[in-house]
Amino acid sequence: MAERVKSLEALLVAKKLVDPDSLNALIDTYEHKVGPRNGAKVVARAWADPAYKERLMRDATAAIAEFGFTGRQGEDMVVVENTPAVHNMVVCTLCSCYPWPVLGLPPVWYKSAPYRSRAVMDPRGVLREFGTVIGDDVEVRVWDSTAELRYLVLPERPPGTEDFGEEQLAELVTRDSMIGVTKAKPPESVP
Amino acid sequence: MNGAHDMGGMHGMGPIDTDPDDPLFHAEWEKRAFAITLALGFHGRWNIDTSRHARENRHPVDYLSSSYYELWLKGIERLAVDTGMISPEELATGKPEGFAATPPPDPDRVAAILAKGASAKLDDDVPARFRTGARVRALDITTSGHTRVPRYCRGRIGIIDRDHGVYVFPDTHAHGLGKKPQHCYSVRFAGRDLWGGAAPGNDAIYVDLWDDYLEAAP
Repeated sequence: MAERVKSLEALLVAKKLVDPDSLNALIDTYEHKVGPRNGAKVVARAWADPAYKERLMRDATAAIAEFGFTGRQGEDMVVVENTPAVHNMVVCTLCSCYPWPVLGLPPVWYKSAPYRSRAVMDPRGVLREFGTVIGDDVEVRVWDSTAELRYLVLPERPPGTEDFGEEQLAELVTRDSMIGVTKAKPPESVP
Repeated sequence: MNGAHDMGGMHGMGPIDTDPDDPLFHAEWEKRAFAITLALGFHGRWNIDTSRHARENRHPVDYLSSSYYELWLKGIERLAVDTGMISPEELATGKPEGFAATPPPDPDRVAAILAKGASAKLDDDVPARFRTGARVRALDITTSGHTRVPRYCRGRIGIIDRDHGVYVFPDTHAHGLGKKPQHCYSVRFAGRDLWGGAAPGNDAIYVDLWDDYLEAAP
């Protein structure tokens, strides 16, 4: 496979169809610049600032753009909120749709057959595989990203974080908690 | 198409590798395949629906035995040949027989292109066929072309949870048949209506579906 990709890249560069500097810029963007720390900032602000949270729930695309997080695979965003009564999780059963500007590129498991096949059919079983146990009294909502809307889960703010500022709060927000397969980290996990 | 990509509700796929530290790329070639796909797409010779169909439209054994970025590579090879950007001979030999008519965007513009994106939302003034709260049935559509109705919800009844507005319709857009602007909704299905009585009574699955996929349900 490595040889096949190398051959295609060499051909496309020779034909002046792609610029190798553009390829490097694309990889650098999604390896180092755009990732789940973006989403964590959004979540932390929503926890800390009720007016921001209101904007985020009403028009997620605009509220996320306040941070400058815009564009490809996040053109039209929806935020779904976890509460004591509702737990949300996101999947794309048909391919790998994922909100790049806030979470970066999806992890391998998100794109894999085991997750895509079972997330809609047995969400509580999938969540248990991630170590997340959801009570029988809690409603589980699975969002299958079959169109061009991209979903971000707003996890529950962990108890015991009343004195935390936005930066500290963001430390508790993991990628997986914004996909909805885990909860945010407890405050004692941060030094 | 009823392809292997439409995985919701399949059994036997095994456990999930939940390691939170698993890297996004497992080899250098995966990065290059990813970047080549985006960079060649900058020429605007196809749209996202065409490119999804190029990845999914293959023998199920090929789809299921290919890794994620293998599918991207096979998809971009097909798109490049189908649109005439490269010839089958060039792909086979790796030797260029001609040069691009239009140059690719300057590398300095990559960041701006990504930040701008390409929304599929449209301003067209198209009336919505369904209101929030309406009961709808997902049509039992069988097409050999591209579609975004997952098999698991076809023929099932759900509730319109929210109207996202007017969007490009993928079934036509993927095949060069226009955007066919129409409303796209989040439709809420009860877990038991999809998976039977053994499913928990308080599981719900939300699927984004377009007007052309739906009919009013009693």
